[in-house]
Amino acid sequence: MTLLATATLKGPHVDFAGLSPLIALLGGAAIVLLVGLLSSKWARAQLVPALSLAVLAAALGLTIWQWGEEKSILAGALRIDDLALVLNMILIAGGAATVLLAWRSRAAESTAHGEWHALLLTSIGGMFLLASAQNTVLVFLGLELLSIPLYVLCATGYSKRGQHQERSLESGLKYLIIGSVGSATLLYGLALIYGATGATDFSAIDSALSTGNLATDPLTLTGIALCVAGLCFKASVAPFHQWTPDVYEGAPTPVTAFMAVATKVAALGVFLRLFDVAFINAQTSWAPAVAVLATITILVGNVGALGQSSLKRMLAYSSVAQAGYMLAGVVVATKLGVQATVFYLAVYVAMNMASFAVIVARERETTLGDSVDAVAGIGRDRPWLAWPMTISLLGLAGIPATAGFIGKFYLIDAAVSGGYTWLGVAIVVGSMISLGYYLPVIAAIWMREAPAGAGQPSSSSSTASAPTPKAGALPALAGGSPELDSDAGPLGVDPSVTVGAPVQPHAPETTGPQPEVLFVAVLAGAATLFFGIIPQPLFNLVTHAGGALSGLF
Amino acid sequence: MPPLSILIWLPALCGVVGAIIPSLLKVGARTTETSAETGAASADEPGASGSAWSTSGILALIGSVVALGLSIGYIADFHSGGPALQHVTDIVWISTLGIHYKLGVSGLNVFLVGLTTLLFAAAVLASNLRSWERPKLFYFHFMLAESAVLGAFLAQDLALFVAFFDLMLIPFYFLIGGWGREPDRVKATIKLVIYTLVGSLLMLAAAIATGVLASEQGGGHITFVLTSLQALPLSKGSQEWIFLFFAAAFLVKMPAFPLHGWMPDGYRAMPIEVLMVFSGVLSKVGAYGFLAIVLPLFPQAAAHFQVLMLLIALASIIYGSALAFTQTDARLVAGYSSVAQLGFITLGIFALNPQGAQGALLQMVNHGLVVAPLFFIILLLSRRAGGSEDIREMGGIAFRAPVLASLFLIVALATLAMPGSSNFVGEFLILLGVFKAKLAIAVIAFSGVVMASVYALRLFIGAMHNRVGPKVKSRDITVRDGLVLVPLVAVILFLALYPQFALHRSESSVKTAVASAHLALTPLSPQSTASITP
Repeated sequence: MTLLATATLKGPHVDFAGLSPLIALLGGAAIVLLVGLLSSKWARAQLVPALSLAVLAAALGLTIWQWGEEKSILAGALRIDDLALVLNMILIAGGAATVLLAWRSRAAESTAHGEWHALLLTSIGGMFLLASAQNTVLVFLGLELLSIPLYVLCATGYSKRGQHQERSLESGLKYLIIGSVGSATLLYGLALIYGATGATDFSAIDSALSTGNLATDPLTLTGIALCVAGLCFKASVAPFHQWTPDVYEGAPTPVTAFMAVATKVAALGVFLRLFDVAFINAQTSWAPAVAVLATITILVGNVGALGQSSLKRMLAYSSVAQAGYMLAGVVVATKLGVQATVFYLAVYVAMNMASFAVIVARERETTLGDSVDAVAGIGRDRPWLAWPMTISLLGLAGIPATAGFIGKFYLIDAAVSGGYTWLGVAIVVGSMISLGYYLPVIAAIWMREAPAGAGQPSSSSSTASAPTPKAGALPALAGGSPELDSDAGPLGVDPSVTVGAPVQPHAPETTGPQPEVLFVAVLAGAATLFFGIIPQPLFNLVTHAGGALSGLF
Repeated sequence: MPPLSILIWLPALCGVVGAIIPSLLKVGARTTETSAETGAASADEPGASGSAWSTSGILALIGSVVALGLSIGYIADFHSGGPALQHVTDIVWISTLGIHYKLGVSGLNVFLVGLTTLLFAAAVLASNLRSWERPKLFYFHFMLAESAVLGAFLAQDLALFVAFFDLMLIPFYFLIGGWGREPDRVKATIKLVIYTLVGSLLMLAAAIATGVLASEQGGGHITFVLTSLQALPLSKGSQEWIFLFFAAAFLVKMPAFPLHGWMPDGYRAMPIEVLMVFSGVLSKVGAYGFLAIVLPLFPQAAAHFQVLMLLIALASIIYGSALAFTQTDARLVAGYSSVAQLGFITLGIFALNPQGAQGALLQMVNHGLVVAPLFFIILLLSRRAGGSEDIREMGGIAFRAPVLASLFLIVALATLAMPGSSNFVGEFLILLGVFKAKLAIAVIAFSGVVMASVYALRLFIGAMHNRVGPKVKSRDITVRDGLVLVPLVAVILFLALYPQFALHRSESSVKTAVASAHLALTPLSPQSTASITP
């Protein structure tokens, strides 16, 4: 009896302050889930996303509150340092943008808003865990907490009738299977590491690897290799990237945007933690291999993106390539490398969000889905969509005066300083290839006429062949509010199908204005431009983040 | 004088303001045409030439003229005493990366800045003479291009230079793709941008490597300021690969012989007002990069690759000249003649002695001054020949258009480096320099001078004399067109009478720029020729 009593008393001290951003997120997820059960349509469609934003804002506030606290919490399982907090901020930015993009999305509606947003917040919670994990068990826990909601989110269909649902389901299933393989691989790797070092704490693994010849032990190296493979699945690093284009294309676009930015942030964050802290003493073993992976990724991603007619597929391959660029910062295992990676992650979120916001907007306005044609000619009449997309694509290509240029500059700087000059050259070679697919999209935006099939934003000319009294009259009245969407559901949507006109796989979702999507696009585009010209604030932030990993040069 | 930042950013500011403010006043009455093609066609007829003065066009004109005035001020204010930078602006831009926003005027760039502002002012004026579809965007990109080019010339920090160098291509991408000639404008512009950015991105990697390796050498904080980098010379091995990356960027931009693949398509597609500055100024940024960045920073590599570069230059001269007198498209005659002229400039730079480099610098200014009016004249000629730019469909204009003919003759004679023209002085100095460095190459290069007279006279005779072309309607130059052309010809004549004006001011800077490369060459002279063969 006494033995048991002492055992229960021995729980670790919990520093709730350090844990507060995570608690806010997960608690908020529960509240959002409950609010989503309210019967009022307004509460579900408007209050739930607003609450999600409030939860993210609270998490951001708590993150800022914890700024500068260098501490390990939960018996050293988590570390609240500036790296974790900067990554949290980037994740919150990505999450908030996703909530805004999904505000009118049918994806959220078809799943019931509460569940959709709760899943999103839970996934961000998993990413928070990953960003500050100091323990291999927590790495796995965080990864699963991140992934499982994402599997569901991917499958949240687009329309109950469209073929999109099947593609979305296929996307979710594909992601589930491949993601599970990735998780299993990582788990196996972590188990082998535990077998070799007898530890799950990063610091303990680090000290175990620094003694004797354990760092070159086959067991350890196999473990590290499996960890690399497992994380590469998540970060979509070639040759473990095959799922990326299909899943990105099939998933609802807000979810794709979230996967493209947030998952990458989390995966690269854990890459930094695991490899630049726990495995730092085996760096001579894994760095050349990861460098080769990065080069392959850069080439495969950029070449794969060439000639894609679907913007989401193109951005999927582009995100593969960008993961390759960012791995360069991991490979060199220096403070400069960490800073460059975190810097690039931050600007990467901005650049991608701008593009995805424009895709979301055009998907809803036209019948062309995410094809390049959907953005053709928007330079003429939609400057507020055209400019953010142009800036974001130029940024992804690494053109000066955008943050992408500075980010790439920083990464190449880190690679050359770390003795990997050839990796720096690989980055620029990749950028060259990338011009081959970014520039044609920009050309489509500015130098082509809008295709005849594209619907106009003001009225539903896309379905002009069929009489659409309801859809034509309502936007002026209600401005594309969710009431409109749901009212239009049984009657107004896809009148072309009922009339017998050719089935359009991507029926426009809404024809009204979408201020929140526009806001994301403009804000992200402006950030891309701003940090390209005045990058110093971001540099100050990431310098703190780099300082958090004390074991590096 | 006001700080250089005003000179750089004023054009872009005018472009932005012009793009934002609503077009309140419309001076021109006729704005019926909506597409650029019909706008160009309407300009063929003197009666129907609706020169729609848009607000943005006027603002752009004001910006470019003020910039021209400022740059004349910098030329007048230039102290030709020593190689030191003048009017320096030095602000830390990104302290973490050691990048400074450092601008400065030296003997190397002062005349190129003048050339840039002059040609942009002329081209903007020429653009104002016809109406454009979406004028706000057109002038925004045009002015952004001017700012970026000026920035590239004035940057005294390697990273800043690379940024401007890459940036200046983007507005041209939009200008060609948005307002170029069908059928292939989009394809041509993507080809052009990818070609040139491939070089530029290689240069980006090389520039970062320069900064990092130099800081490792110096053991200090990373920096990209040119003067600091010069004080920390790299090892010969690093210099060599970095040199090749830089050379790739600059040779594509010029364009030099094997890397000129984007040129014919790009030139054909470009609106001619844009082509005036593109051919006149952008090609000079590449040559300027060799002179101001490559030679001072990588002298040993420059000496090592001297023969290779001279051979590329020679190939450009011969190939460019040969194609210039076989083409019938007047644009391409001028385009390939530029390849040949840029070959001469490269030749002068890689003579690696002060005479050659000075000749090259003078020739850069000369070529810009000659090629821009040449393209504008081609525009005028094509309007008189029913829109065709084929030499075979022109001809017989001189009799009815004596003023145009004389202006064209001056330009053509300057192009072929007639003794008495400034181009003659430039080519003479270049060949003198090469003569001292590599006799055999100089002898072959002389043939380029002869060929220049062939293609320049062929163009002149074909366009102005001969039988009257089938659709040609002869008429003389209008006052408005004369406003564009006459100042440019006046500057050509001024430099022809007094080339010393430019030579004197650039002398000390040029000497300093080539000094270390010249030094690297001298002791290695016998080996450097042998070690060229890979």
